[in-house]
Amino acid sequence: MTAANPGTNFDSLLFRRKAVNIVMLSLTGFCTLIAAGTLVYILGYLFIHGASSLSWNFFTKLPTPVGETGGGMANAIVGSAKLLLLATMVGVPIGFLGGVYLAEFGGNKFAFIVRYVTDLLNGVPSIVIGIFAYTLIVLPQRHFSALAGGLALGVMMIPIAIRSTEEFLRSVPLSLREGSMALGASKAKSIWTVVIPAAKNGIMTGIMLNVARVAGETAPLLFTSFSNRYWSEGLSQPTAALPVMIFTYAIAPYEDWHQQAWAAGFVLLTLVLAINVIARFILSRNKHIAR
Amino acid sequence: MAAPPTVTAAGPREITPGPASSFWTRMRGGDEFAYAITFASACAVLAITALLVLELYMNSGPSRAKFGWNFLFTQTWDPVADQYGALPFIYGTLVTSAVALIFGVPLGVGAAIFLAELAPPKISDGLTFLIELLAAVPSVIYGLLGIFVLVPILKQLEPAIRAVFGWTHLFTGPFYGVSLFSAGIVLSVMIVPFIISISREVIMAVPSDQREAALALGATKWESTWDIVVPFAFKGIMGSVFLALARSLGETMAVTMVVGNDPKIKASLFAPGYSIAAVIANEFTEATGQMYTSALIELALVLFALTVVINGMARVLVAAGDRGVKK
Amino acid sequence: MQAAHQPSNPVTIKPPDTMPESTVIPDAGTDVKLSATNLNFYYGSFQALQEISMTIYANRVTAFIGPSGCGKSTFLRTLNRMNQTVRHSRVEGEILLDGQDIFAVDVTSLRRRVGMVFQRSNPFPKSIFDNVAYGLRINGMAGSRANLAELVERSLHRAALWDEVKDKMNQSAYGLSGGQQQRLCIARALAVDPEVLLLDEPCSALDPIATAKIEDLIFQLKSSCTIVIVTHSMQQAARVADFTGFFLLGKLIEFDQTSVIFKTPAKKQTEDYITGRFG
Repeated sequence: MTAANPGTNFDSLLFRRKAVNIVMLSLTGFCTLIAAGTLVYILGYLFIHGASSLSWNFFTKLPTPVGETGGGMANAIVGSAKLLLLATMVGVPIGFLGGVYLAEFGGNKFAFIVRYVTDLLNGVPSIVIGIFAYTLIVLPQRHFSALAGGLALGVMMIPIAIRSTEEFLRSVPLSLREGSMALGASKAKSIWTVVIPAAKNGIMTGIMLNVARVAGETAPLLFTSFSNRYWSEGLSQPTAALPVMIFTYAIAPYEDWHQQAWAAGFVLLTLVLAINVIARFILSRNKHIAR
Repeated sequence: MAAPPTVTAAGPREITPGPASSFWTRMRGGDEFAYAITFASACAVLAITALLVLELYMNSGPSRAKFGWNFLFTQTWDPVADQYGALPFIYGTLVTSAVALIFGVPLGVGAAIFLAELAPPKISDGLTFLIELLAAVPSVIYGLLGIFVLVPILKQLEPAIRAVFGWTHLFTGPFYGVSLFSAGIVLSVMIVPFIISISREVIMAVPSDQREAALALGATKWESTWDIVVPFAFKGIMGSVFLALARSLGETMAVTMVVGNDPKIKASLFAPGYSIAAVIANEFTEATGQMYTSALIELALVLFALTVVINGMARVLVAAGDRGVKK
Repeated sequence: MQAAHQPSNPVTIKPPDTMPESTVIPDAGTDVKLSATNLNFYYGSFQALQEISMTIYANRVTAFIGPSGCGKSTFLRTLNRMNQTVRHSRVEGEILLDGQDIFAVDVTSLRRRVGMVFQRSNPFPKSIFDNVAYGLRINGMAGSRANLAELVERSLHRAALWDEVKDKMNQSAYGLSGGQQQRLCIARALAVDPEVLLLDEPCSALDPIATAKIEDLIFQLKSSCTIVIVTHSMQQAARVADFTGFFLLGKLIEFDQTSVIFKTPAKKQTEDYITGRFG
């Protein structure tokens, strides 16, 4: 039986192992640098190319015909706001109440099915949701509208609203609920006056993040709210939206439009990231307070 | 007005809830109302999802009736002759997602290992925060950068790419910048944050006594990580990969802007191609005729089914990964 | 060191009959395996170990006893430099293995020579065979497949586990009972032929029968290995150890032959602990 003791090869093997150790660990650090660096690069590039194209016109003027300079995206900015408002009105109540159901009355088979379907809906690509809104609203009405676009975005908001509401409500300690009910409050009253306020930071930030996510969605709007080179009145007209404008201008052959696409991209990204950073900041501070 | 509780010979009158309390008393208590509206909302979610599937199915009727299952295997996409087949788009979707995974998974898992095992906690949290912000960048922004930054860079790197990867025989033919490969690269950047976020958590959750056991035997840090920790977290990491795959299958804007929009199947990654989501985005508003539209909706149905399956597998794996670590 | 006084508390812990009375008294012939001199250890700004100096003799069993949080496990983990995995930790002082400074040698080769078994058994999610083989493989000690199988079998024999697992070598290690898993961890540590084996409360999660098996194991391993064991059970120390060190609040209060510590301790604090005045 050969001895188990390492022979003279041990030192050279050890050298090789240590070399592999350093190389592989450095590689992982390199991967991290690439990943983190990409975000910095994206932000930087958009800043450099987009911020310079920003002008007062951009925020206040309507798009101009091709070839004319001085146009802007005022209608797209307002249009996006309109669509997001609509989406929030559709998505947040259903999502919030559904989340309350799962957190407070869940635990049974029905709740299990609801969670499963929620996850399913969450995984549906946004363009498929756009088709859904198209068949539901655009087809019967025979025209594009803000209503259809808002509905599409609203449907996208529902699953995330449910999950985040449920998660934050669940994180409220049982002792709070029991304390309230022990004082004689009904379950509903406890939920409304004690549990939800305790989770309100989380729920608010959840809504913020949700809105930020759908604010950047383009695909579902392509054949629901479509686009508009003028102001849109009410909810039944095609409506311009910032992400759609970016797409349209980016693939067009006009240099001026490309500039505007960069500007719009910069505005959109800044808004989306700002909301994300603020929301996470609130959440992280919340953790300390909750202790 | 109810009589105040009195003490009778039988004892103090009890206060019992019961069918005697009126509808309005219960309403003011609020319990049933609360249950009703929250339950209704939960049902609404089910209804919406069911309606979605129904609409997809019904509106793709004409196309499904005409082409049957062959739709999935036909290469032709000819709106003029009203002949439609999904194969080029299924091919493009799968190929771009495969390229995304080939580049994104090593990058993502590598970064996750660094962030979970090596980086000091504050740096790890800070970098992870930055990386998770990448997931919040809208798809159209990735497309914008794809067109104006990535495509020119790739055109410059074309000789280098052919030199390094030429042995695969996948980089043949002319390269115009927009291609399946370009779309795959953009997708890989988009899925990396998901892989990193989930894998990092799963790796950090591996019990530290596993690492200690390996180190105490004389393993190097890398050996302990690669031989013991990562296999322990394997299911969760796989789950993150499937999740990333599901996302890349449905990605629309970024792909549309750099894939080349050519509904043909070619053997080269340098060739322009098309994906399911991209063709719907590009052609839906110009689709004339019921057959054209229903074919596109049938494509949406195919995409829906594909992502449901992959997402389902992802969730099973992530759940199994959680269970394994909590052992 | 002669005792200055007899234990005065009427409630005394009777030293068990199986205590090694006939321990070899260290003389010039008994080798020193490990020695610590003025060792200090800090977690951040908290000093966990103060000026520890002691000698660990070759082929003997040395036990560390003391109440929770006294630093006995911390000191054990400095012996194979496992404590350097903790962030913001700092070591001052000297530890010599066979006269060599352990902080000067490569840590992976140190840990092959000084093995460790942990409080809770922690087998890898692999087969029984692969668990024992892992240390051999990474240290390049495996050789041919037949050789590897022989070495694995030998380890399992040394850990008194072979008969119980020889038919299920390819099954997952998680199928074993708690006591068997711990002996598997011992086999895994023994596979790389360490000169020193550090045991960190190895029986704390085990029932008395499994504990007895491991204590028998310690007796048998002593001749081929130097054993250092941290235990919260004084009776265990009295049963298995040749030498015992009593730790309290990061300091080594007393270190001597086990018989001396338990029958005629020199320090009052030792006596108080032995007699159960505090835990």
